[in-house]
Amino acid sequence: MNNEQLHIDTSASEQKIWSILSTVVDPEVPVLTVLDLGIVREVQINGSEVEVIITPTYTGCPAMDMIAMNIRLALAEQGYKTVKVTSVLSPAWTTDWMTEAGKEKLKQYGIAPPNPKQQVCNDKLFAANEAVQCPHCNSYHTHRISEFGSTACKALYQCDECKEPFDYFKCH
Amino acid sequence: MDNSLTIYLLHLADTTLILSQKNSEWCGHGPILEQDIAITNISLDLLGQARNFYQYAAALKNDGSTEDSLAYLRTEREFKNLLLVEQQNGDWGQTILRQYFFSQYQLLLFQQLQQHSDEQLAAIATKAIKETTYHVRWSSEWVIRLGDGTDESHNRMLHAIDELWRYCGELFEAADYETAMGIDLTSIKQTWTEKVTAVFDEAKLPVPQNVFMQSGGKKGVHTEQLGYILTELQYLQRTYPGAKW
Repeated sequence: MNNEQLHIDTSASEQKIWSILSTVVDPEVPVLTVLDLGIVREVQINGSEVEVIITPTYTGCPAMDMIAMNIRLALAEQGYKTVKVTSVLSPAWTTDWMTEAGKEKLKQYGIAPPNPKQQVCNDKLFAANEAVQCPHCNSYHTHRISEFGSTACKALYQCDECKEPFDYFKCH
Repeated sequence: MDNSLTIYLLHLADTTLILSQKNSEWCGHGPILEQDIAITNISLDLLGQARNFYQYAAALKNDGSTEDSLAYLRTEREFKNLLLVEQQNGDWGQTILRQYFFSQYQLLLFQQLQQHSDEQLAAIATKAIKETTYHVRWSSEWVIRLGDGTDESHNRMLHAIDELWRYCGELFEAADYETAMGIDLTSIKQTWTEKVTAVFDEAKLPVPQNVFMQSGGKKGVHTEQLGYILTELQYLQRTYPGAKW
């Protein structure tokens, strides 16, 4: 959020944009909004033009183009015709930016949310798998089937207690 | 006339694009499902990196170039990718060995680029380091499994080393534009050699000595492989110029 705004009506306009953005969901995981993911960095209003500054999650994430398009569409539907979506790489997005609400929504949806401690950047060879909690029965007796799940950001696990397979949103 | 930064970006973009393209050929043909998915995900990471580099280069060129025109309409002599990444996939051992040689180098390079004075270049490198760390881990584990595996896998790794080692020298030969960008390849070569030696030791594989090293890729002089790669990669755009989905 831009803390330098002095005019009350301008920040009310910004608030309106943020609330529209809270309706834009991740196309792969539709329970998460772009705000839950922490990928909207900033909103800037320059006259009649709205600029939304986002950050990509994974470098090759194919959903980002669609998210940018959906942001434009959502704003256009509410009358904002001149919208610019800018992608900024730095500082690099991390799962730390995911909101607690977002993590809870993931769990309800059946996807294990990212662990607080980043594991994926570990460069130790043949290291033990990180302990991931089953989103269905909460047991920690789970094992990893594959480092990759349905998307690049997720790994595939199975619970040894309730036997259900589930995706785990990897720390990044 | 493109400046050093632009040419360097094209070198980085071409390298990751070509390796992405080669790795993607495993799609549907991987030895087991999880590895099919792993190699294609690595392809996707590399493609994302290529896009970042191409987009930045296109912005700098400011002559109507786009990431697509740079990837799909340039010819072999304009491509500046490393020779290593255009080599054939061979068997699984050769593919993972190519990945290991490249990713170990790329990780060290990106760690250096993180401190570069060009902020966007540093930002792209910082973003890519997380994924590249995984590529190094994944590929070095495979080198060890196959090198210190069965007689069959060990021999296939010896063959793979024989095929690829001669292209590793180019990684550390600075092109003019790399020198102009202040890239220090000497320190990267030293660390790379130490890391590769350690992994090879654990994999019970010999580190080759006194091998004549091929080069030219960074300057646009390529092996015959690149022609075939670009024929496939660029076919659609060249047949239907300006085609969009």
